[in-house]
Amino acid sequence: MIEDFSMYDEWLDKYEYLIELGKGLEGYPEEKKTEEHLIKGCQSRVWLDCSLRDGKLYFSADSDAIITKGIISLLIGVYSGEAAEEIAADDFGFIEEIGLKENLSPTRAGGLVSMIASIKKAAEDYV
Amino acid sequence: MNIEQIRSRFPILSTKVYGKDLVYLDNAATAQRPEAVLEAINALVHGSNANIHRAVHALSSKATEAYELTREAVRAYLNAEQTSEIVFTSGTTASINLVAFSFGEAFVNEGDEVIVSVAEHHSNIVPWQMMCERRKASLKVLDIDENGELKVDELEKLISERTKIVAIAQISNVLGLVNPVRKIVRICHAHGVPVLVDGAQGVVHCPLDVKATDCDFYAFSGHKMYAATGVGVLYGKEEWLDRMPPYMGGGEMIQSVSFGGTTYAAAPHKFEAGTQNFNAVPTLVPAIDFCREALSDQELIKEQEEVKKYVLDALNAIPGLKLFGVPRRTEDKISLFSFAIEGVHHEDLALLLDKMGVAVRSGQMCAEPLMDRLAVTGLVRASFAPYNGMEDAKCFTEALRRAINMLV
Repeated sequence: MIEDFSMYDEWLDKYEYLIELGKGLEGYPEEKKTEEHLIKGCQSRVWLDCSLRDGKLYFSADSDAIITKGIISLLIGVYSGEAAEEIAADDFGFIEEIGLKENLSPTRAGGLVSMIASIKKAAEDYV
Repeated sequence: MNIEQIRSRFPILSTKVYGKDLVYLDNAATAQRPEAVLEAINALVHGSNANIHRAVHALSSKATEAYELTREAVRAYLNAEQTSEIVFTSGTTASINLVAFSFGEAFVNEGDEVIVSVAEHHSNIVPWQMMCERRKASLKVLDIDENGELKVDELEKLISERTKIVAIAQISNVLGLVNPVRKIVRICHAHGVPVLVDGAQGVVHCPLDVKATDCDFYAFSGHKMYAATGVGVLYGKEEWLDRMPPYMGGGEMIQSVSFGGTTYAAAPHKFEAGTQNFNAVPTLVPAIDFCREALSDQELIKEQEEVKKYVLDALNAIPGLKLFGVPRRTEDKISLFSFAIEGVHHEDLALLLDKMGVAVRSGQMCAEPLMDRLAVTGLVRASFAPYNGMEDAKCFTEALRRAINMLV
């Protein structure tokens, strides 16, 4: 997924890829679109849920903005299926490698930071 | 004069963003500055940087003269009676806060009422809420109709004998509709109620003749009318300013200071405490010159009308696009277009437009109550200035179509 993303030179193409990811992200239950699942600090609304299966964490998410949905899809695609300890200890360095944060508007970049924090927090709760 | 000639005066318009030509359509947030204003900033910083109204030395005299000549230029531009009615502030927000505080202290008491409209910018809501809380008064709200136009006919019913002031935008920063200020003032004055007009958007499109309009206060910012940032104006009728206490205390706003009691200077200095933005205020002069020129040039006006019509038609042709602020007469709308597209988040749209070189605003635009009234979480806004010609309009509508195709 990260390789796919890095493949595009133009940021507009990268966004196109994020939009595709966003459109493909499905299955987040409506009843979990609650205050408790809402990630604070994003301009658009983003919901995150996580469950433990066979010692691994699996995330699901949704957003009302499609690019944000693509970003959260990218994040949970990378971390779903990993052990809670590994996620909690990860430095999320790939975000820097692909230059995602720098190419978001300041409000979206803030949202990205909040998404990362929420994923980490969810993992820490299971450690 | 045509749009191309105007563009050549704004160096920033030839900027490239992401390797693409910049199409700057966020003029309602801040306008770009013409060369004459940039030169004035430079000349002030390099040639006359000294604090005003204080020292006897040459630089201070030069700076003071430039500052006070600006007051006269603003007075003439607004057709105000006298320069003492022109107060310099840091912007529209500061101007409205000044009135909300000082007018409130002098004239608003428990049980009194203030009226604003539902289509106001937060800057013309929150200062009044704060004042109402402090003075135990209440805020009443004038609604809009389904076109976005103010329900001026309901104003009369809203006014009571407890109404102390009405604060209304000349042009809404979201809807882009020119409100019938004269009519509003007439209705309010018939009940003895003064009117503050928020001219942040209006001053650049159709500056008020304060004498003809007879409004009591007029507030606006320099940076939306091509001047430097950090400077704004409050016009206030002498009869009000004289009876209002100062907003802030400090240097220059006093007549005499002692621990036994301090007396204040007369307006406008009473409201200009502390060091003023003397390197920015005089940029209002070339900015006003530019506004005058742009507002009177028939060729330019004709071109702008064509641009407005083109954008309106192009937006109306996009399936699922809903434009907010559609007046009965096109001439009541400025080239400011706020819209939503079914199934598309405003933020996604703005982000993609940005990557195509088009700068627009998205979100609630400092008008949350209006967003609630329109039942939207946010909108995209494209606001045009005289330097945005047909080329920009075509780039914008083409980029918009492309972005929608990506998102839907």
